[in-house]
Amino acid sequence: MCIDCGCAERTEQAHHHGHDHDGKTIQVGEDLLAKNDRLAAVNRQRFAGHGLLTLNLVSSPGSGKTTLLETTLRTLRAELRFAVLEGDQQTANDADRIAATGVPVHQINTGAGCHLDAHMVGHGVDHFDLANLDVLLIENVGNLVCPASFDLGEDCKVAVLSITEGEDKPLKYPQMFRAAELVIINKLDLLPHLDFDLETCRDYLRQVNPQARVIELSCKSGEGMETWYNWLREQLAKKK
Amino acid sequence: MHELGITRSIVDIAERTAREHGGNRVTSVTVEIGALSGVIPDAVEFCFEACSKGTLLDGARLIVESIPGLGRCPDCGREQEIDNHSFACGDCGALGLERLRGEELRVKELEVD
Repeated sequence: MCIDCGCAERTEQAHHHGHDHDGKTIQVGEDLLAKNDRLAAVNRQRFAGHGLLTLNLVSSPGSGKTTLLETTLRTLRAELRFAVLEGDQQTANDADRIAATGVPVHQINTGAGCHLDAHMVGHGVDHFDLANLDVLLIENVGNLVCPASFDLGEDCKVAVLSITEGEDKPLKYPQMFRAAELVIINKLDLLPHLDFDLETCRDYLRQVNPQARVIELSCKSGEGMETWYNWLREQLAKKK
Repeated sequence: MHELGITRSIVDIAERTAREHGGNRVTSVTVEIGALSGVIPDAVEFCFEACSKGTLLDGARLIVESIPGLGRCPDCGREQEIDNHSFACGDCGALGLERLRGEELRVKELEVD
């Protein structure tokens, strides 16, 4: 028994697990994420029906997701029709920033929740006219752990890693970097001021997810932004 | 702390299943948690008491069966045990091991009175 919280050790539980009782055993075999996955499939079908490209942006807090979105929307909003779902525990700060670009936005506050789930997204997109959109951007709660486990019905996860965070984030949070199809290495303009080794970071990413596409960019200097815009255009072309 | 939501799902599934089978009280629930699932068994156990309070699972025992990860090398085809830190094939060093097992997250069985 653990003296701090009173929990039984798992091995001890397994050891005591027997069939010395009068009740009956019911076989279940139900997936714990089944409900989320079911709702994610509904979302995915709904998005596909509108030929909508849906991206789930995941990262640590402060990696620059919102700035990336603001810059992207200001540059491409005349070309593509966007909407943004903002996920945060509290505040509408990010939604206010997106709204200032003129793009439709809806803020989801998760309260104590550490990630968006398919149910929240399903209701969140009710605020948009999906028939008149090209790209739905979902900015997930800043957290490199929990959002990895929840399918929202997106086309793919885009992980944003800023170079102020250290090059070993992919090794520390492999689940998330493995789940991402695209990894954006952000804040490239700060490279001269930091000890960040880009090649080491690329190498760690390759170890965790050799298939991931990597785009290095800076919203501030504009370096690499065109590559990201072209990636967006290519993904959308595949949907149409 | 997505384990809180995961634990609520355990309680929901167990309660619904028990009712469907005419059970009153759930005395134990067995869950399978894969080593690559991203869910920490200790955290689920920590949440379980709070989540089961006032439900058919109040006082029930949670039994966690851990399922180790199994991967296959995309190059040489060797199957091997993997965890979240195994990135390369133990034989040929190729990256991107295909995950065959270890992502499970399931309620396996219940015992009801």
